[in-house]
Amino acid sequence: MSSTARPRPRPGFVLDVDRSTPPILFHHGEGFRLERLPVGRSRVIYPSEPLAGLPDPDEAIRRALLEPIDDDPLPALLTPGMKLTIAFDDLSLPLPPMQRPDVRQRIIEAVLDLAAEAGVDDVHIIAALALHRRMTEPELRHAVGDRVYEAFAPHGLLYNHDAEDPDGMVILGTTDHGESVQMNKRAAESDLVIYVNINLVSMDGGWKSTATGLSGYAGVKAHHNVATMRHSRSFMDQDASELHRSNWRQGKIIKHHGPRIFQIETTLNTNTFGHDGPLAMLQKREWEWSLKDRAAFAAMQAGLKTMTGPARRRFFHAWRSPYELTSVQAGEVEAVHRKTTEMVYRQHLVPVEGQTDIVTMGLPYLCPYNVNSIMNPILVMVQGLGYFFNLYRGKPVVREGGVLIMSHPTPWEFHPVHHPSYIDFFEQVLADTTDPVEIEQKYEKQFAEDEWYRHLYRTSYAYHGVHPFYMWYWGSHAMEYLGQIIVVGGDPRAVRRLGFKPASTLQDALEMASDVVGPRPTVTHLHNPPILMADVS
Amino acid sequence: MIAEQLAGKRIAITGSTGFLGTALVERLIRSVPECELVLLVRPGKRSSPAERARREIFRNDAFSRLLADRGKDPFWAEIERRVTVIAGDISSDGLGLDAEGRELIAGCDLVMHSAATVSFDAPIDQAVEVNLLGPTRIVQTLQSLDANPHLVAVSTCYVAGNRRGSAPEQLLTDSPFHIEIDWRAEVQAARRFKGDFDAQSRDPERLRQYRRQARQDLGAAGTPLLAAKTEQLRQRWVDEQLVEAGRARAASLGWPDAYAYTKALAERALVESRGDVPVSIVRPSIIESSWSEPYPGWIKGFRMAEPIIISYARGLLKEFPGVPEGVIDVIPVDLVVAAIINVAAKGPEPDGSVGVTQVASGTRNPLRYRRLVDLTSTWFGDHPLYDEKGQPISVPEWSFPGRGAVERQLARVQRNLDWADKGLKRLPLRGPQALFNAQLEENKEQVERALDYVRIYGSYAECEALYGVENLVALHAGLPPGDAEAFGCDPAVIDWDHYVTGVHLPSVVEHARVKTRSEASDPDARTKRLRDRVLDPKRQLVAFDLENTIIASNVVFSYAWLATRRLPPRERALFTAKTVMEAPALLALDRRDRTDFLRHFYRRYDGASVAEMERLGPGLLADHILTKAYPAALRRVREHRRLGHRTLLITGALDIVVKPLGPLFDDVICAEMSQLGGRYTGELLNVPPTGEVRAQALRDYADANGFDLAESVAYADSSSDLPLLDAVGFPVAVNPETRLASLAIKRGWLIESWAKAPGGTDKALPFGPLPSRRRSRR
Repeated sequence: MSSTARPRPRPGFVLDVDRSTPPILFHHGEGFRLERLPVGRSRVIYPSEPLAGLPDPDEAIRRALLEPIDDDPLPALLTPGMKLTIAFDDLSLPLPPMQRPDVRQRIIEAVLDLAAEAGVDDVHIIAALALHRRMTEPELRHAVGDRVYEAFAPHGLLYNHDAEDPDGMVILGTTDHGESVQMNKRAAESDLVIYVNINLVSMDGGWKSTATGLSGYAGVKAHHNVATMRHSRSFMDQDASELHRSNWRQGKIIKHHGPRIFQIETTLNTNTFGHDGPLAMLQKREWEWSLKDRAAFAAMQAGLKTMTGPARRRFFHAWRSPYELTSVQAGEVEAVHRKTTEMVYRQHLVPVEGQTDIVTMGLPYLCPYNVNSIMNPILVMVQGLGYFFNLYRGKPVVREGGVLIMSHPTPWEFHPVHHPSYIDFFEQVLADTTDPVEIEQKYEKQFAEDEWYRHLYRTSYAYHGVHPFYMWYWGSHAMEYLGQIIVVGGDPRAVRRLGFKPASTLQDALEMASDVVGPRPTVTHLHNPPILMADVS
Repeated sequence: MIAEQLAGKRIAITGSTGFLGTALVERLIRSVPECELVLLVRPGKRSSPAERARREIFRNDAFSRLLADRGKDPFWAEIERRVTVIAGDISSDGLGLDAEGRELIAGCDLVMHSAATVSFDAPIDQAVEVNLLGPTRIVQTLQSLDANPHLVAVSTCYVAGNRRGSAPEQLLTDSPFHIEIDWRAEVQAARRFKGDFDAQSRDPERLRQYRRQARQDLGAAGTPLLAAKTEQLRQRWVDEQLVEAGRARAASLGWPDAYAYTKALAERALVESRGDVPVSIVRPSIIESSWSEPYPGWIKGFRMAEPIIISYARGLLKEFPGVPEGVIDVIPVDLVVAAIINVAAKGPEPDGSVGVTQVASGTRNPLRYRRLVDLTSTWFGDHPLYDEKGQPISVPEWSFPGRGAVERQLARVQRNLDWADKGLKRLPLRGPQALFNAQLEENKEQVERALDYVRIYGSYAECEALYGVENLVALHAGLPPGDAEAFGCDPAVIDWDHYVTGVHLPSVVEHARVKTRSEASDPDARTKRLRDRVLDPKRQLVAFDLENTIIASNVVFSYAWLATRRLPPRERALFTAKTVMEAPALLALDRRDRTDFLRHFYRRYDGASVAEMERLGPGLLADHILTKAYPAALRRVREHRRLGHRTLLITGALDIVVKPLGPLFDDVICAEMSQLGGRYTGELLNVPPTGEVRAQALRDYADANGFDLAESVAYADSSSDLPLLDAVGFPVAVNPETRLASLAIKRGWLIESWAKAPGGTDKALPFGPLPSRRRSRR
């Protein structure tokens, strides 16, 4: 690990665009655009540089297990003959997937060593994927490592959570708000559930790990709905998130009626593209690009131009980030999560003064739901309006009634295996209406209970039938809040189907926006990824 | 007064469902309140004569005026009281009457015979049976009943033949141009023709040729359908020969077509065989929409001039033959009706001779051909039809070349289209390209139709005979003042400019259901309408084909995926080479017989482990089936299920391959392989459901489960699925290949174009993914 040798990381930064500002990098799906922002009224929010990683991750993990927060040391919780379940965050974390060894592998190996020492032999390892798609064998191998995979998977002891298994789910109870709490039966009947988390953004972790990750439609729909999302401002800010409160209420039920939970949470730095290597310039500030960076960028742009769409996709999806572990903490869920959140904020928060009329963002090739897959138009929407827009604390970067401009090719493309219900949602539901409330009332039940989707979710590698609806709800706060949404460089047909306006260039988009926010609007660009969270005052 | 002269009379009418007949019935009921009518109506295939009369005569808008005058209930009560409908068929001896019918006919005072096959290109045997022998059969029947009512027989001016100059109102035998022909010999010859051509059509070489043609049209549609098509082609050939024989015989004797020829001989036969039955002959020229009765522009059916006019307005008839200064002899239907009633009221000739009255406009009030074309062209200039994009169609300028020149030009276009069509049909196209081909075929048919119009009707436009109408004018002159309005029949009243532009063309355009306003027609409207019918909750059973209907794959691909799943790269290369080498032979076998192909191909599974195949199932679904599936198809299956339809997958694919798709359907019928000791034998347990076997399997399934196939739907992609598609009431062609596309368009089936999910990976070779390799830890 070379992190110690690096200069002290600089915090996030807000640049006011002037005449000397070079063109700004916009991610644009499997490609990039360099854009000039209006001088004198634009600013760019840059993320903090990656925090230093822990020098010895395995030692840190061991310490966390032996010295947990508000809980007994793990060895004290492990007894011979007990039923132990290890659940871990699925494919959607981290983004992009990290270089081997995955932090989940390190933790699970450490936990298994302790369990073996304690003579625990009834161990199940479950990918806590809720209504996400099942992980394939290579994906599981990547997350838990070959050693764990080969020891457990062939015996049916390492597997994907199945929220639609009629015999595999239990209801633990109902919260005082009437929310059902549902859990994987094996986990619920265990003497101890050890949850292995990767806390990429501030929404992850805490009770959401178990209350959502090991749940099914009955439990998830309690908070994955339009009303909850519209009352989460944002869902990245725990104090202002109804999503968070709902999960915590469900957590209370788990605490009283469910299995004992030993929560292990980890945070990673934002070393997404590496300090050196072919993509290193992507996490540098443009005016600090070296000659080598410029050459590498120009070469990459030229190379991408010659590639076919699928080839570009393979190129980007093969990227494994050299993330470093910045903290690991174990023990009681809520206490652990407080510490985790603090670490996430330390990496992500960038203080920003005041709101602007327009927010711009360049959407990358990846979101939580298209790892090794296609970023279809609905995922483009959720990446922009669900994730990037909500990465704020206090108030959104853009004022109410303002304009959001996102850049992404938005092709009319879908992965037929991973996203079958998305295809139908796009072709059928969005052709009818884009209003989240109407969609929820009119179509959700039909998709959620569709036998074919259920079959594909359980036996193939498909997201649950209801999943595209959650994506749409994820964007409902932004859709309600914004005056206009413009997609730059997107397939116009697909963009219009989403209910947004297509623009071929950023300049066109800014022109169109001025119809809504008036002439000479102020502009803020989120220079994301690497991930940043705007702390707007 | 005519109404008084005909009061209390019982009048028998033949051909009352026709254009002229319906007008005649309407006028008699409305204007001769005291007469009674006996209508001889041929029983329809599925309806009784009374039903036919009700639907085809009294519900026609000819009666809208009467209905408005009388009110609904009194109208029907009056029809009930005054009209008797009996089964009758003038093409059979004795008119096909039962005892009651014979009694009714025997009691008639008048018989108005207007039944004929007006098709100018009828096969000669039909034209002879109906047109030539019809009137003679009527008088023979009357003679056998000892009845002597006055017979008013409708003939045609064109019995005078293709000649220039005057054609007066006289019997053909009195004409100086008369040629002596024995009508009995003509009847014999026509009947013999039928037998001869039928025999010729059964010649082994000809039969082989029909079979080849059927295979070309339908592809591998299975024995029963090919047999039906072959027989259809044979009968069509016989008909074509008979049409040609009629045309040739007519031409050889100087008549424009078989219609005029048989009508001319019919007059002669009638005069010869009439005995004591008093006979009058009425000869109209070209009958067109009415001048004023029951209302201006009334017309029934799409007749002679109408298709030509509409084709012209659509810009399809670039040229039409004709003599510009010649007279085009058109007569409005109401004048013909009035003339017939006048003749009937006047009664037979006192001297016992056969009276002839011509109802024509050419001598009394001529309409020049150029004037007609000019009026039409100007009118369509002001009131154009619109194409499907909403643009007005400009009508072509006719230069009146000879008939030969027009025919040659059209024939050339037809030949070119023929070549294009034949060439394109050989290409293995699907979806939009196939639909384009099918469109080409439609164009070809339009040109063929245009050519037919020129061949058949061209001679009428070129005819320069002038038909005398002294008797007609005298009839009109003799009318008492009170009748002149209701029964006037003098063609002098017609104002041609007003008739053409104010009456006839608007009526033709209205009846032709063409676009008369500038709005782009929604090309999807028809598809949507058909789709709504398919997705009606009333449908019961919905059958789906698998390959190219739900997934873009076939048995070879599925096998390749399964076979290579566990193969290392080197052996995959060998497998590929082997499969590529075998491909042509496999393809040829598949084209010949699908069942043999499947049996042959499935041998490859011999020795495959059942457990292994089952284990590969989920991978096959994710990696092969779903990536090749049409999402719209998967959506459609479930839409049917939501509507409460029973969905059935019916395919020649193997159960191993189909199993992962099982939950999509209520039921699956597929090929199954026998097993021995945990391994497949490569032999099928049943005849795989393809071709007619599939249709039978569907029928058996429907019977066993109580479904009505007429209320059922089937989705398939190829002409080899025709038996399946034909078996149901609502067939749907999915991404059809050319042959099926053109069939689907012709038969008005729903056509769906479904594509694979955009963006899905498309592997050139359908191989299973490589086994995942172990990666070292650090």
